[in-house]
Amino acid sequence: MTTLAAPPIDLAPRLASGSLSDFPIPHGREEAWRFTPLDKVKHMLDVDPDAGDVTSEASGFVTVGPIDAADAGHWLPTDRAAVVAWVSAGTSVRVDIPADTAVEEPVIVHLKAQAARAHAHVDVRLGRHAKATVVLVHDAEADVSGNIVTQVGDGGDLTMLSILDESDDADASGVMSERVQLWHWPVQIGRDATFLGSAITLAGSVVRMLPSVTFAGPGGSATLLGAFLASEGQYLEHRILVEHEAPHCTSSVTYKGALSGEGTHTVWVGDVVVRRDAIGTETYEMNRNLLLDDGARADSVPNLELETGDIASAGHASATGRFDDQQLFYLQARGIPERVARQLVVRGFFVDVLTRVGSRQWRDAVLDRIAQRLGMEPELERELKADS
Amino acid sequence: MSTLKISDLHASVITDDGPREILRGVTIDVASGSTHAVMGPNGSGKSTLAYVIAGHPKYVVTQGSITLDGEDVLQMSVDERARAGLFLAMQYPVEIPGVSVSNFLRTSATAVRGEAPKLRTWMKEMKDAMGVLQMDPKFAERNVNEGFSGGEKKRHEILQLSLLKPKIAILDETDSGLDVDALRVVSEGFNAFREETGAGTLLITHYTRILRYIQPDFVHVFFDGRIVESGGPELAAVLESEGYERFITPATP
Repeated sequence: MTTLAAPPIDLAPRLASGSLSDFPIPHGREEAWRFTPLDKVKHMLDVDPDAGDVTSEASGFVTVGPIDAADAGHWLPTDRAAVVAWVSAGTSVRVDIPADTAVEEPVIVHLKAQAARAHAHVDVRLGRHAKATVVLVHDAEADVSGNIVTQVGDGGDLTMLSILDESDDADASGVMSERVQLWHWPVQIGRDATFLGSAITLAGSVVRMLPSVTFAGPGGSATLLGAFLASEGQYLEHRILVEHEAPHCTSSVTYKGALSGEGTHTVWVGDVVVRRDAIGTETYEMNRNLLLDDGARADSVPNLELETGDIASAGHASATGRFDDQQLFYLQARGIPERVARQLVVRGFFVDVLTRVGSRQWRDAVLDRIAQRLGMEPELERELKADS
Repeated sequence: MSTLKISDLHASVITDDGPREILRGVTIDVASGSTHAVMGPNGSGKSTLAYVIAGHPKYVVTQGSITLDGEDVLQMSVDERARAGLFLAMQYPVEIPGVSVSNFLRTSATAVRGEAPKLRTWMKEMKDAMGVLQMDPKFAERNVNEGFSGGEKKRHEILQLSLLKPKIAILDETDSGLDVDALRVVSEGFNAFREETGAGTLLITHYTRILRYIQPDFVHVFFDGRIVESGGPELAAVLESEGYERFITPATP
């Protein structure tokens, strides 16, 4: 049901290249691909001339246009899916928050695929001492691979949400879209900068979401949150890499998933590496999965590699469990029907992580969607929210 | 006027080694307006009786019957029992992460009453009930039983009791783990509920001290899965001075 054993993290620097030929098509035995159903994603692992770009509407802080060399940023692809997107995408969706600017309202970016198969290049840059919230709403109606290259300037404070969910139009059919989504989300955090990034993954038949964090200077702080709800045979993989190479940085990773249904599979891999110079590091990662029935499978693999012992703290935790019958009994003993009791427990399971995503409005929106997926009465969800 | 009627009840706990019989023929009637104290040593099965009445899935009834006003309780699911008017104040209330007390109480009240209470009257109702139990209004924002002290958990149980207003209340060791002050507050909360509703009560306890605050009409001694002696309040005084020895020593021929 749950795999905890894992090979140690490969501590050697990863190959980073923008050249397609540097990354052969994976065959499935590679550590980074071992869980993924490759037959369902292999069409996204080679270049297709008919593939489209991913665009967005331009707005105050968002520009959409051809990629130029200056868009390369701090990062280069580290695997086949990323490099295919890198060489295929012709349009960049760029979010630029100038230095010393505090943006009150969230900057919301609705990504739109221009074809049934599309590649994205998203570039998010927060200037020095700026503060903003950026929400990326993915297009779940297409097969998409892309890179969200994120840079937080020194002293900056960036909150981001990645929302992968069925569009409202798709709800009418009630069927999960059979879509593949392969994302890299590399974040570079400047000196004394703060990053809070949440991955909310509800849609997609095969999803790989790979957030990674590096610190460009000391004193940075990264909080990575995730909530995923998988059913009806969905495959949702979240693979996190946090690399501490600068001293006195903090990282905290919390991912929660609930899953149900025959053939449904979720994978969470959390790799944290503390390099020799990263003294005073404080890091903790946690994954909790709630199995709602017997058909689903959750793999949870926390990895922590320390190259120095001179750190403040380091820890990880992983737990995958079934419904707690005592909780159900307690709620039912107060007259609450079993179906509603289960909904309350699952919703409650997600509440703490969603409360931390940094946006009340999006917390509520995601809770709505989770309630909807759980088949909760809208009236009940309204009441629950009115009160919290 | 309601009556919970338990006749010749036999029940087993389901363990990894198979079922083990715990209740061995319990017979008792609890009617509105009367309070029955069920007292017994540890391991006598008195908490099992409480769980079996509430319908905990860990136990299976092998013989006998439970009815509430003639309706077969054993045929009801756990939530149906609660909606029929049974309430179990638990010895070990369960933590429900991410569900606030306020949400929980309102959802329960909606389920038990069959319709959502009007918001304005509900707020007042909750405030008043919490006032009786000397609970801080902020309590309602906390998650159900999460990080509650022993006293807070028991106050929360009695709070639910007073809001859900069952026909028959079962209090399972509500006094355990309470200091004198908390015991007094919890007992006063219960007494206010009993006075207001005239509900019948099955008060399960190991110690006699709660009976100083909650006056029982009947006292039953529970041992080895059944009631071995019944009497009035004076029986509690006997237990207080002599302990359970006299009731649990097998009679010599």
